[in-house]
Amino acid sequence: MSETDYLQLAADVVKLARGRGAGEAECTIAEGDEFSVTVRMREIETLKEAGARGAGVRVLLGQRPGSSYTSDLTPDGLARMVDSAIELARLTTDDPFAGLPEEAELGSVAGDLGLYSDDVAALASDVRIRMARECEEAALAVDARIVNSEGASFSSSVNLRAFANSRGFAGAYRTSSCGLNTVPVARDGDSMERDYWYTAARSAALLEAPEHVGRIAAERALRRLNPRKIATERAPVVFEPRTAGSLIGSIFDAVSGDAIYRKASFLTGKLGQRIAAACVTLIDDATMPGLLGASPFDDEGVPSRRTVVIDRGVLSSYLLNTYTARKLGLKTTSNAARGLTGNPGVGHGNLYLGQGERSPGEILGSVRRGLLVTELMGSGVNIVTGDYSRGAAGLWIEDGRPVFAVSGVTISGNLGEMLDGIESVGSDLEFRGSISAPTLLIREMTVSGR
Amino acid sequence: MGLSQSYIAAKFGIAERDLERYLAEALASGGDYADLFFEHLATTSFSLDESIVKGATQGVSMGVGVRVISGERTGYAYSDDLSPERILRAARVAACIASGPSKVAKTGLEEAAKRNLYPVVVAPTETELGGRVELVKRADGAARAYDARIFQVQVVYADNLRHTLVATSDGTLSHDRQPLTRVSVSALAREGDGPPQRGSSGGGGRVGLEFFDNDRTPEYFAREAARQAVLLLEAVPAPAGEMIVVLGPGWPGILVHEAVGHGLEADFNRKGVSAFSGRIGEQVAGPLCTIVDDGTIPHRRGSLNVDDEGTPTEKNVLIEKGVLRGYLQDKLSSRLMRSPATGSGRRESYQSIPIPRMTNTYLMAGESDPEEILRSVAKGVYCKSFGGGQVDITSGNFVFSASESYLIEGGRLGPPLRDATLVGNGPEALKWVSMVGNDLQLDLGVGICGKEGQSVPVGVGIPTVRIDRMTVGGAA
Repeated sequence: MSETDYLQLAADVVKLARGRGAGEAECTIAEGDEFSVTVRMREIETLKEAGARGAGVRVLLGQRPGSSYTSDLTPDGLARMVDSAIELARLTTDDPFAGLPEEAELGSVAGDLGLYSDDVAALASDVRIRMARECEEAALAVDARIVNSEGASFSSSVNLRAFANSRGFAGAYRTSSCGLNTVPVARDGDSMERDYWYTAARSAALLEAPEHVGRIAAERALRRLNPRKIATERAPVVFEPRTAGSLIGSIFDAVSGDAIYRKASFLTGKLGQRIAAACVTLIDDATMPGLLGASPFDDEGVPSRRTVVIDRGVLSSYLLNTYTARKLGLKTTSNAARGLTGNPGVGHGNLYLGQGERSPGEILGSVRRGLLVTELMGSGVNIVTGDYSRGAAGLWIEDGRPVFAVSGVTISGNLGEMLDGIESVGSDLEFRGSISAPTLLIREMTVSGR
Repeated sequence: MGLSQSYIAAKFGIAERDLERYLAEALASGGDYADLFFEHLATTSFSLDESIVKGATQGVSMGVGVRVISGERTGYAYSDDLSPERILRAARVAACIASGPSKVAKTGLEEAAKRNLYPVVVAPTETELGGRVELVKRADGAARAYDARIFQVQVVYADNLRHTLVATSDGTLSHDRQPLTRVSVSALAREGDGPPQRGSSGGGGRVGLEFFDNDRTPEYFAREAARQAVLLLEAVPAPAGEMIVVLGPGWPGILVHEAVGHGLEADFNRKGVSAFSGRIGEQVAGPLCTIVDDGTIPHRRGSLNVDDEGTPTEKNVLIEKGVLRGYLQDKLSSRLMRSPATGSGRRESYQSIPIPRMTNTYLMAGESDPEEILRSVAKGVYCKSFGGGQVDITSGNFVFSASESYLIEGGRLGPPLRDATLVGNGPEALKWVSMVGNDLQLDLGVGICGKEGQSVPVGVGIPTVRIDRMTVGGAA
């Protein structure tokens, strides 16, 4: 089916829901095709290729919402879906804040956002397999201590998303994405360590070279060998871009409207206040062409935009959908996100920490004794209190240089104090996914070991 | 013939000769083995927030996955359209993994012996919607009534009913009806204008709705969540460094799930990338530790009559008195390692390739009195509940995050502690287990385990256990 067909189908579902008594309705239809190949120790391990479709509807009876979804896109299947949503809406409670965006708020970003590239679907299977092979081979070739591998994978997908609502919005867009990753295993005596590296993009032409990905993955695994567990102490902590991104993910949870209106975030009520060091600027921008976090409109049909969340240390905006904005007496920031149906949640576009002046080398060079964190584990972030305690691995820094690998430790503190304690933001910002951050230095955290 | 009792076969008019034709197509290019996995999933959920039922969702999805194995290679394709043309097309795509003369699947599919670990006459998904909405309202009322300091309550009720049908080229046929339900409660407490604290609880299983009247009520989960939130208002920062840790019974069983369970999944061991690879017969835990993965416990969240490859689940001993005994196998690893199947091949949905997974993983009861274990510790940390965990199976390093824990002072519980992550190393951590209680408990039934992007419901369990050395990552 074409984009136009899906748009028509989504509009038909909305009309059907209205006809059956819904005051408002919104419908999402999605279609996706995926391909993946994994090569392990130079042999193909898995090859997967398939596609699926689904539809979802959300209705409002008065201000009572009901949602339903189906994988059956026949007229009967869609009619059952609509009836099911209406049946549920009779059981929910009137919520004065429930509703769709105002008509004037609906729309789509003009111009080409570079979300779809023909070269992804056009890539021949043998080329995809070869890229995975080259990626793993490059990792295995780096050092004799790279003795094993969990393989290298090439994966790609092309997707279509159509959305229509009862306030007249109808929009659809196609996306493509592809990626390559590898997980080499390094061994030295009894010490065995793995790490990974990856590249992902909306066009095959924008992927990093397989050899480059493989080499970095191997170097990362090698530098983790023979780790030591250090004594417990307070020390400066450097987050490299990958782990800094994970930290930004926690900040996202804390500025998301859902947590704010429930007073379930340590940043509740802090709008306009200084919450971080002056070197911290956090931006969410779903309009940056070609990037993985871009889209023409959010999952309620509000045009994508750029929002400065933290402006030189000051909390300047929460990230909101229509519902959370109404709860807080604010306007949506176009951050509605959901799957096929349900009440919208809050998501992000390209969420990134603006870069600073110092190179990662300069930042590390400034640390007399501290930890460079290259891996974070576990779920030990409490957004309500800001308490932060996560498993960590990395490199111990002395006099500005890595001296040995560290693992089996935790780093802990409080997100509020950590944001305040950011001393340096690196100049090495790269957009590798929908969350991006450069190297960060936090003045002091508890590193717990022996 | 068992196929007539299959919900999926009846609903979509699938006959045995159809299954045989699809399997033949899957093996048309050679290949050692092929299987078909049909799935029909119906779900319902209700969510309550600010005492308002704000969300309600129902849905249906279905599809079939076709797998072809050739040596160590797997080809996989799926379709959400169950018409013969689309299934045949998926079979041809999956067949591309092999290259050789066609093989013949065994005909005359035979059904595995039947048992029913979750004989739920009416699955929650099949009941009146009104009765299920009441559950979230009851929980809300109970949490708010618990203490005036509770100011926010969120409740989620979710159920699903999953029907599966598996047909294999080695001639086996199985089908299953898998009900699953849960209630989860999260509560926020605040003292005056002070900072809030969150508590959470929840439970369920492969049970009928009567579970919430007879076994564990929504009010029980609500009071637990509220109690935890109020308790944490008094919490002090957790200590940092190596110390004695006592784990309470139930949820803390996440320790065995992370510390040894994942590392014993056969795919990692077949490839030699697990910290436990090649260590069968070695002492990897203290002699008091016997750890099993048991998919056969009636009504448990992690239990299955048959796994997602059609193999009956079992009670598998992973570690016996500290000695590593076996791995968790799916069909592929079992064949390549020439080791018996353990009924551990699971997948998130028809869109996913099955891989070795846990079901209900627990450490068996010992002989110590739990009180005596606590009394034996002069200074340490007692953990009652956990939020989640993660493991790096190659290095063996694992973490799990305590959501309710206490300082132990002079053999007694001291003040509650703020969130802290505990870390250890798989093959080493359990060597420090010095006392095991006689009070084994399984968790309440809300566990979800993720691996390679696939989520499946699981259970964990543990008695009270003393670990003489573990790193606690507090901020104090």
